[in-house]
Amino acid sequence: MTLIIDRTRQTPAASSGPVSAAERQRAKARGTGLYKVRVPIYPKLVHGPWRWLKWALLIAMLGIYYVTPWIRWERPGALPDQAVLVDFDGGRFYFFWIQLWPQEVYFITGLLVLAALALFLTTALFGRLWCGYACPQTVWTDLYIYVERMFEGDRNARMRLDAAPMSFNKAWRKTGKHLVWIGIAFGTGGAWIFYFHDAPTLIRTFWTGEAPITAYVSCLVLTGTTYLFAGHMREQVCTYMCPWPRIQGAMLDDQSFQVTYRYDRGEPRGPHKKSDSWEGRGDCIDCNACVVACPMGIDIRNGPQLECINCGLCIDACDDIMVKVGRPKGLIAYDTDAAVAARAKGEKPKHKLIRPRTLYYAVALTLVSGVMVWGFLGRKELDVHALRDRNPAMVRLSDGAVRNGYTLKIANRTFQPTTVEVRFAGIEGARLRSPGKPAGEPLRFEVEPNRVTPVRVFVTVPYEQVGEGQQGAAFEVRAGDERQLVQTAFTFGDQR
Amino acid sequence: MSEPERDEHTGVETTGHEWDGIRELDNPLPRWWLWVWYATIAFSIVYWVLMPAWPGISGYTRGMLGQSDRADVAADLRELQALRGERETQLLNASLEQIERDPDLQAHALAVGQSVFGDNCASCHGVGGAGARGYPNLRDDVWLWGGTLQDIEHTIRVGVRAGHADTRVSMMPAFGRDRMLDSAQISDLTEYVVSLSGREADAAAAGRAAQLYADNCAACHGPGGEGDQLQGAPNLRDREWLYGSDRASISGQIHNGRNGVMPTWENRFSPGVIKALAVYIHANAGGGEDAGAAAAAP
Repeated sequence: MTLIIDRTRQTPAASSGPVSAAERQRAKARGTGLYKVRVPIYPKLVHGPWRWLKWALLIAMLGIYYVTPWIRWERPGALPDQAVLVDFDGGRFYFFWIQLWPQEVYFITGLLVLAALALFLTTALFGRLWCGYACPQTVWTDLYIYVERMFEGDRNARMRLDAAPMSFNKAWRKTGKHLVWIGIAFGTGGAWIFYFHDAPTLIRTFWTGEAPITAYVSCLVLTGTTYLFAGHMREQVCTYMCPWPRIQGAMLDDQSFQVTYRYDRGEPRGPHKKSDSWEGRGDCIDCNACVVACPMGIDIRNGPQLECINCGLCIDACDDIMVKVGRPKGLIAYDTDAAVAARAKGEKPKHKLIRPRTLYYAVALTLVSGVMVWGFLGRKELDVHALRDRNPAMVRLSDGAVRNGYTLKIANRTFQPTTVEVRFAGIEGARLRSPGKPAGEPLRFEVEPNRVTPVRVFVTVPYEQVGEGQQGAAFEVRAGDERQLVQTAFTFGDQR
Repeated sequence: MSEPERDEHTGVETTGHEWDGIRELDNPLPRWWLWVWYATIAFSIVYWVLMPAWPGISGYTRGMLGQSDRADVAADLRELQALRGERETQLLNASLEQIERDPDLQAHALAVGQSVFGDNCASCHGVGGAGARGYPNLRDDVWLWGGTLQDIEHTIRVGVRAGHADTRVSMMPAFGRDRMLDSAQISDLTEYVVSLSGREADAAAAGRAAQLYADNCAACHGPGGEGDQLQGAPNLRDREWLYGSDRASISGQIHNGRNGVMPTWENRFSPGVIKALAVYIHANAGGGEDAGAAAAAP
C-alpha cells in the first residue's frame, strides 16, 4: 500500500505568511498542487490525407474486429464451425484451417515475439505508427470523439457547451453522447466474447441468461473499460498507464521518421498579415491550428515528446493553413531529427533507413519468422511421445530378463479415428506387450480423433540379450502409409 | 521554505531534497489516481459487509453473501462423487478382463488405481511398485500368491496374515530361534538352497542337507524348491529373493523365519476401487505377459 503524505498541509506552517484557500487554489491551477487536475482537451476536426487514412484504418480495423467471429468454417462432427475461435472448454485454438493444441502454445508466444519485433522495427523506421493508427486505445478514442462531435459540435461549440450553465439543450446532448458511448462500449465487450464461444449460439443464449458467467463478466468488464478509457481517460491512458511511450525512447534515434515541426523553416514564428513580407521570418504564423487539432493536447512545436502518438493530425491542420497563406506544405511533416538539423545548418538532409538498429531488428524478425515457419511446417498430424517409467526405471524378471515400462502419448491431430501399429526397434529379441492386448507384434491401438490417447507399453529383453547401463532404442509407429521412429532408451540396470 | 523551489528548465516544483546537486522533481499525480485509491477503500468496506472478513473471539464475521470455501469444496466433492458413481457401476458390472480390454474403462481404472496405490500401497511397495527388501516387488513376474487379475484382486481384498476371516496365511517357521535346527544344520541347508537357484555351492554341505530339506522344507517349497502359490511358498529356484539372496540373508531367514503382513483392504475400498487397483497392479506388472507363470531357473 502506498502512503500518501499530504505535503500541501505543511506549507502554511512552514511559510512565513498565512496562505489563503484562494492562494492554494491558484497554486493548484498553476500545477503546483499535489494532484494534477486533468485539463480537458477539445480536438478540432481536421481534413487531409492523414485524417482520411485514420478514418479508413478505423473502419477496416473495427470491421475486422466485429466481423471475424461471424465467419464460418466447416469442421467435421461436433467441432465448432467458427473460423476464428479460442475454445477454452475444448482446449483448442481454431484459425481457419489451422488448429492449435494447448501443447503448441509456443506458436502464440512466437507470434507475440514477432509482433514485438515488428513493432520495434516500424518504430525505429517510422516512429510510433502503432500508437497513432492501430492501437485500440487510439481507434476507440477516435470513434468516441466522432460521436462527441456529432452531439456537441466541433471544438469551439464543445467548449461553449461545457462552459454554459445546465440547460435542456446541454442535457440532451450530453445524455445522448453518453448513451451512444455506452452502446459502443457494450458492442465492444459484446463482440469480444464471440471469439470464445460459437457466435450464433452465444448471441441467443446471452439474452436468455444461459451463457457462461465468464461471458457476462468479460462483457461487463470490457464495456466498463471501453467507456472509461475511450470516453473519459483518453490521452491519460497513453501518458500515465501505457509503458510503450517509455519504451519507445530506446527504439527511436535521430534517423527515425516522426511527426516533426520543422523549426528550420518555421522560426522565427509570429502572426502574419496578408500584406506583410515573408522575408526574414519563419513560415509558422503561430495560428495554433496544430495545437487545437492535437488529441493529446500538446504543442508539436516543442519538439518530439512523450505524449505525441504520431497520428499526423497536426500535419493535416498545418498543411491546410499553409495552403491558405500561400506557403509550401510540410511545415509539420513526417521527418527525422537529423534532416531538420541538417537543413538548419544549410546542408542537404540525408535519410538513412538502413542503420545498425534497423538491421538488428530486421535480422531478428527474419530469424524468428523463419523458426516459426519451420516449426509450423514440421508439425505432425500424428505426434507420438514415449515417456519412460522412471520409478522403477527397469524391472528384473525371475529368469533374468529385463523389462522397461513406457507410456506412449499418441496425439491424433486429424479429425478421423485411426489405427496405429507399434513395434520396438533397436534391441534384438525384445518383446512388446500392452495390458489387455493379445501378445505378438505389432501392437495395434485404436486412436480417437482430435485428442491424445495414452497407452501403456512394456518391453522385455530376454536374459541372453541383456546388456549394461542404458541403450538407445526406438518405437516404430505406423498409421496407414505414414511411418515414424520415436526415439527412446532402454535401461538394463548396472548388473547382469 | 516559504516559496517552493522550481526547476529552471521544466518549471516544475522540486521536492526540496538535494543529493550531490541532483534535485528531485515533484510532478503531481493525476487526480483520478487518488480517486482509484478512494475507490479501493470503498471496495474494502463493501467487501467486509458481503464476505467473511473480520476475526472475532469465537468465530468471524460471516458476511451477507454467506460465502464459504469449505461449503464450495463439499459441493464439488458431492458432484465428483456423483460422477464417480457412474464409473463405479461400470467397474462393478464388468469383469476384470473386460475392464482391461476396454480402452475407456482401462484408462479410468489405471487413473483410479494410480491414485489409490500412491496413497495406500506406496509406503511399503514403493511409488512405482518396485518393492524393497521384505516388501514384494509388484512390477516383476514373481507372485507369492499368484499374479492373475483374480489372484491380485483377492490378495488386496483379504490381505496376507491380516485380520480378515479368509486372509491368506502361510508361515515360515523360525528354525533356529525355536531350536528346531542347530546352526550347523542351518549352515548346510543354506548351501543347499543356494544350489537350488543354480549358483556355486559347497557340494558336501549341500549333500548333507538334502534330507533336512526333504523333511523340513519340501512340504511348502516343493521337493525341487519350485514353491507353491496356493500356500504362498516362494520359489527358491529363481533370481528373486524377498529377504535377500546372499548366504547371510538366506540363513538369517531360515533362523528367524520372518513373515510379512499386508492389511486387508476390503472394508476400506469399495469393490469397484479394488477392481481398479487390481487392474492397475496387473498392468504395471506387464499386463500378464509372464505374471503367474512359474519361471524355471536357467
